[in-house]
Amino acid sequence: MSAVPASGGPPEPLAPLEYSGASQVGGPLLVVHGVEGVGWDEIARVRLPSGELRHGLVLEVSGDTAIVEVLQGTGGIDPDLVSTAFEGRPFDIPVGDGWLGRVWNGMGEPLDGGPPMLASERRTVNGSPLNPSQRDVPSDPVFTGVSVIDSLATLVRGQKLPVFSSAGLPHLQLATQIAAQANVAGENFKVVVAAMGLTHADAATMREVLESRAASGDLVLVLDTADDPVVQRVLTPRVALTIAEYLAFERDQHVLVILADMTSYCEAVREVSAARGEVPGRRAYPGYLYSDLASLYERCGRIRGHAGSVTLVPVLTMPGGDITHPVPDLTGYITEGQIVLSPDVQASGVYPPVDVLSTLSRLMRKGVGEGRTRADHMALAAQIIAALARSRAARELADLIGADALTETDRIYLDFEDAFYRDLVNQSPDEARTMPETFERAWGVISVLPERELTMMPAASIAAHYRGSLRKADGPAAETGEAPEPSGDDHG
Amino acid sequence: MSVGAATGRVVRVNGPLVEVAGLSGVAALDVVEVGPLRIPAEVVSIRDGLLTAEAFEYTGGLRVGDVAVSSLRPLSARLGPGLLGGVFDGLLRPLAEAPTWLTPGALAEHPSGASWPFAPASIDVGTVLSPGATLGTVTTGSGFVHRVLVPPDVHGALTWLAGPGATGDDDVVATVAGRAVNLWEEWPVRWPRPVRERLRPFAPLVTGQRVVDLFFPIAHGATAAVPGGFGTGKTMLLQQIVKWADVEVVVFIGCGERGNELADAMADLTALNDPATGASLRERTVVIANTSNMPVMARVASVYTGMTVAEYFRDMGYRVVVLADSTSRWAEAMREFSSRSGELPAEEGYPASLSSSLAAFYERASRVTTLGGTEGSVTLIGAISPAGGDMTEPVTSQTVRYVRCLWSLDRDLAYARHYPAVTWRHSFSLDDASIANWHATQGRSGWVEARAQALALLAEADRLSSVVELVGLGALPARERIVLLTGRLLREAILQQSAMSENDAYCSPAKQAALLDMVLSVHDKCLSLIEGGLPASAVEEIDLSTVTRARDETGPDDAEGVTRLRDEVLARMASEP
Repeated sequence: MSAVPASGGPPEPLAPLEYSGASQVGGPLLVVHGVEGVGWDEIARVRLPSGELRHGLVLEVSGDTAIVEVLQGTGGIDPDLVSTAFEGRPFDIPVGDGWLGRVWNGMGEPLDGGPPMLASERRTVNGSPLNPSQRDVPSDPVFTGVSVIDSLATLVRGQKLPVFSSAGLPHLQLATQIAAQANVAGENFKVVVAAMGLTHADAATMREVLESRAASGDLVLVLDTADDPVVQRVLTPRVALTIAEYLAFERDQHVLVILADMTSYCEAVREVSAARGEVPGRRAYPGYLYSDLASLYERCGRIRGHAGSVTLVPVLTMPGGDITHPVPDLTGYITEGQIVLSPDVQASGVYPPVDVLSTLSRLMRKGVGEGRTRADHMALAAQIIAALARSRAARELADLIGADALTETDRIYLDFEDAFYRDLVNQSPDEARTMPETFERAWGVISVLPERELTMMPAASIAAHYRGSLRKADGPAAETGEAPEPSGDDHG
Repeated sequence: MSVGAATGRVVRVNGPLVEVAGLSGVAALDVVEVGPLRIPAEVVSIRDGLLTAEAFEYTGGLRVGDVAVSSLRPLSARLGPGLLGGVFDGLLRPLAEAPTWLTPGALAEHPSGASWPFAPASIDVGTVLSPGATLGTVTTGSGFVHRVLVPPDVHGALTWLAGPGATGDDDVVATVAGRAVNLWEEWPVRWPRPVRERLRPFAPLVTGQRVVDLFFPIAHGATAAVPGGFGTGKTMLLQQIVKWADVEVVVFIGCGERGNELADAMADLTALNDPATGASLRERTVVIANTSNMPVMARVASVYTGMTVAEYFRDMGYRVVVLADSTSRWAEAMREFSSRSGELPAEEGYPASLSSSLAAFYERASRVTTLGGTEGSVTLIGAISPAGGDMTEPVTSQTVRYVRCLWSLDRDLAYARHYPAVTWRHSFSLDDASIANWHATQGRSGWVEARAQALALLAEADRLSSVVELVGLGALPARERIVLLTGRLLREAILQQSAMSENDAYCSPAKQAALLDMVLSVHDKCLSLIEGGLPASAVEEIDLSTVTRARDETGPDDAEGVTRLRDEVLARMASEP
């Protein structure tokens, strides 16, 4: 966001009145007395004697007092020497194609040495709620090029599907890989990445990996590093989503938005809330954290009569690996499924370390199948997940009583699990797999099982794709266990 | 109503909290309109002429000194024949005609100027009418008979009644005791609509979901709470009930939930037909949509609005079910506002009034004799989203005290893909005795014993499984091993139900009883086999997949088909050595 007025825009209004002095500064807050006609949530310009200009948002107006949240913090502000002007409009950004191919900070200022974003049209970063009766049901896939996601937890255009991770796992690498590879099979596609609270090292890696996609003008990177002011972190996803909504619903693009790391974002929200002196809720996060997260996550979707879509992949680290922590918990209540990364899978050397049995894309059923991915996709995914549940049970049994006690079929399931991680899940962080290749690998894996175990697959699919068991099927008499029940995956 | 100063001034804005000075003649809970966009706000307190109000829309740009005017009435819902099949926001403003982006001031209160085919009742002018008497009917496109009633506060002689024909929304259809009665009426949403008499719940509301109807049944006019962490299938269960509940009208309140989910539910309802009327299920449903990104304070209003709509149809003599998904978001909205207004927080920051607000809301569910003398009911089912899945958090623990039924959803069941994930351990129904009487009148006198036996077997099987984890299956006596087997059959053949299956999504009471009878008969047969000397391990080897597949392989109402399968299985078991 630049203080320079947009060129070619409407004529600049009279310079707003400047109020000198403040009665209180501290943390992010600045309190100004004697103001008149200031609106709630409007943008303030805070001028220091050095000429430095900061931006702020009006948190409360009461009588002739305005409480301002300064985006860059109040460090260095002398209450006697500061002057504040109010702009009479909410925090907004210019919108247009100029964002693409560039790197910006959380307020929308250039970080790549290029010129500031200029455009005549502006949108407020908070957006407006989408009329729910005009939403269209998400029903087409986004291909991430990551086999385990594309085959078992397909991302659907307009969906919000978070990645739940823990410290030390390669969730940023996975998010960056998805940002670099995702596509919608030839249709217009853009990626907006909002990085929040990243270390400089992570930020540098991310910029490097995304360089070629950015160079082709398909990607916007909004970068907020761990040492940036917290109020700016709160704005970062809003700037990114405003750009995405414009591209999707005014420029007919399919847009994938990656928000990482949402835990850093929520900590920033908590810090600002504490500075405001608000009543703390669970783990001292403010009581409105759910509504706040929803105001971001719900900005994805499709609108009837519009070609574009906004798909959202928030990435978050679960503090202490605890899925009941407010950040993953409230996220899970809003999003449509989750991709869970597991330290156990990581320890076995598999990338991406996805815990498949905890992972679910609730909208997958709508986004796959004949004409979208392939007719056998849903049954194949259900069969693989059921087989993994069976192999996990067999693994636990083997740990307790020894592998010798397993039936022949159970042992085949253990082989299946090994093949699954080796041939389907494991892939290189710079390897983009096509859907045909992913299907080929998935059928290779499921073909480790004897045909009689494929109870969820239609005979036609088996005839077309099954590659036969490498082993002789053992007699059905050896069998007493039952395969897990097939079940709808989109229970919400 | 005294008319005070026509306009006041905004003196403080902090998010949805707005303070107004200089406006008199305003009562608590009246609506004032603030700022140039005339944003509606509900007055929550008045102190020394200073009004504190909660705004129902985004207040960005609202300034100190902006104008505030009183609407001279509390928050009210406009009720009339255009409600069924519609989608509305928390203030009952139609969303279908609203713009794509809901900016403040974008929603108009009045529905489009539709007209309706009014058919007057045969009453003579001069007849003295009491509240609730039917003045005429409007039959909507789907065949629903909408009754136009004498309003609750009007009593006296009919002086004029409109003739048959097209009648506009705001047209007068009758004059009673000098008062004009319109086709549409307004009702303040926080006030329950009056009834002649409250009746005790009696008949079950059949949901077609076995775990509910067989084990934790709900009566027409009763209440149920459905707590469940995310991913436990809460919304899915509620949507199944929206589809299959045996009522005339469904009110679905999407309170702070997902937009995509709502779009999906509406598409589903449009595609499905009501077996009773043949019309699309959407035509019997009123959707109140306040998705999680819509203004927070309208979320508080949405539950009252939805309840008022339900009472309106109840008063016409219909059976209505209200589904509120999720009441936790409503409670959180109350918490957010109380925190902004500096109220002293009680448990986990919720206001101390949480408990009484929940109680008052759930108590609006009722089976009644209406003012007009007919019978109607409002059944209320509220979803709860406990933070972190913690059932001791305030909203869950307070709600459980006021409801007649509890359907607890269990994360372990959901992860094991056991749907619906209603746990039999922490669920209850307080209306089981009266519903047992109803079943007896339907010729199913064995219902109560079968249910009790099944619940006892499930509890025993749970206890035994924890023993088996310690000592192994082999250490159990034969009878106990059969109990474990039956526990599995009860879970797989009865409790699990596939919402995706055409045969299984809905299960009629007769088929439910037949399935339960099948499992219990198989249980008895197993017991008699071990008494006959067959080892338990041999009984466990018997292929009982016919039992677990029966729910999916017989039609939704095919009790005879289930009985046939039962006889087949029993005959096969009898041939065991």
